[in-house]
Amino acid sequence: MMIEMLGTMLSYQFMIRALIVGTLVSLCAALLGVSLVLKRYSMIGDGLSHVGFGSLAVATVLGFAPMAFTIPVVVLTAFLLLRLSSQGKLKGDALIAMISTGALAVGVIVLSLGKGMTSDVNNYLFGSVLAMSDSDVSLSVVLTTIVLITFIIFYRKIFAVTFDEMFARAVGEKVELYNMLLSLLTAITIVLGMRVMGAMLISSLIIFPAVTAMRLCKSFRSVTICAAIISVVCYFIGLCCSYVFATPTGASVVIVNIVAFLIFWVIRKIKSSVLS
Amino acid sequence: MPLITCENASFAYEGHIVIDSLNLEVQSGEYLCIVGENGSGKSTLVKGLLNLLAPVHGKVVYGNGLQRNEVGYLPQRSEMQKDFPASVYEVVTSGCRSKSLFLTKDQKAKANEMIDLLGITKLKRRSFIELSGGQQQRALLARALCATKTALLLDEPVAGLDPLVTKEMYDIIQMLNQKQGLTIIMVSHDINAALRYADRILHMTHHKTFLGTPIEYRQSPLGMAFANANEGGGNDD
Repeated sequence: MMIEMLGTMLSYQFMIRALIVGTLVSLCAALLGVSLVLKRYSMIGDGLSHVGFGSLAVATVLGFAPMAFTIPVVVLTAFLLLRLSSQGKLKGDALIAMISTGALAVGVIVLSLGKGMTSDVNNYLFGSVLAMSDSDVSLSVVLTTIVLITFIIFYRKIFAVTFDEMFARAVGEKVELYNMLLSLLTAITIVLGMRVMGAMLISSLIIFPAVTAMRLCKSFRSVTICAAIISVVCYFIGLCCSYVFATPTGASVVIVNIVAFLIFWVIRKIKSSVLS
Repeated sequence: MPLITCENASFAYEGHIVIDSLNLEVQSGEYLCIVGENGSGKSTLVKGLLNLLAPVHGKVVYGNGLQRNEVGYLPQRSEMQKDFPASVYEVVTSGCRSKSLFLTKDQKAKANEMIDLLGITKLKRRSFIELSGGQQQRALLARALCATKTALLLDEPVAGLDPLVTKEMYDIIQMLNQKQGLTIIMVSHDINAALRYADRILHMTHHKTFLGTPIEYRQSPLGMAFANANEGGGNDD
């Protein structure tokens, strides 16, 4: 029954695309998310996805290649946010809220001027498994692979910079460089994930798995590995549910992530009450 | 040649000069305590000595083969995160400086040696945030030791620790100075400890600095005032 369902689900080309891209993006988002959540940068993901929505709208209306236009814009925004918040010129959260709502407004205006508010807006905001072309898929696979490899290579540095920036500086780590690397990888992951998850929901992939893993895991490595597994499993279950119940994919994945969080939270409560 | 020399070094914090023309020579193997009230520029000096902040005038020179980034640093505890998932081993090994991206065998051996030296072998796999304040300081000290062979810079290492653990911490630092031959530079509010353990004391105020041995310090006007205030009114921390 289960296998039969999977069989028909994966007989659709677009479902296979959504599965491949979504799984890779979930993996990247979870890995980066551990660092972002601990650095109190959770909202950056949210801000960047709104900027992604804005530039995607502009690209569509003006007829630019969506990914080729959106990725650089979001990457630049990520660097700008990092720079401004590290200089303390504007309070980080206020700045992010301004940029994110601003970009959202621009996106909506541009889309309505272009061809009127169509179902496109809905797709951009809340994601669609139908949204991706074959070239999107190959680009996603290449980029997420790069993100994964970079993360693995710089894992120790990312830990050092996340745990104690001042100490990392003192022992001569190039803290700015790693912060930029983290922003760059996050920006790419968000843009790629936006198509399936939607601009409004993609940041959940960054935040939920890390926070869920932290309920039970105590070391950075176990949190990272656990978050990656949770994220991929939740995405897969979410995708299946959305197929079976004909619900939107992005929102279904978020709901599964919420359930996973609650399960981990309850286990932790039980564990600590047994121990004490 | 001194290990670290400040030559007429002035440092600014947010555009204001907080340390004006400081001359300081830290000798190899020395135990130097830096005391002074809040806002007197101790934290700024720490950044200057670590080469994280360039002096606006004068210079900071490392000697005796000490390289930039080779000073082991123990930051103030208040700057640490309270809910960070990390094992003690992960924290300690994050002190291993390396060109290579993965830990080498030698680095692992050194990390384990430092963990043993500080008596936290049994805590190695434990979660860092679940440790007591004193245990956390030991782990962070082990991390600092992984980053250095010669010098430790400790920023308020006993702040917030209870008296017994404070004593243990001072004993460990003294052991590192005497048995391991490490140069110690310690920023502290605890003037009594400075008088007891340090070879020399640097007292910083907004207008002048005192630099000398504990005996000289006791006889100086600055030292007498500060020591009396501290004995009378307790710690100003």
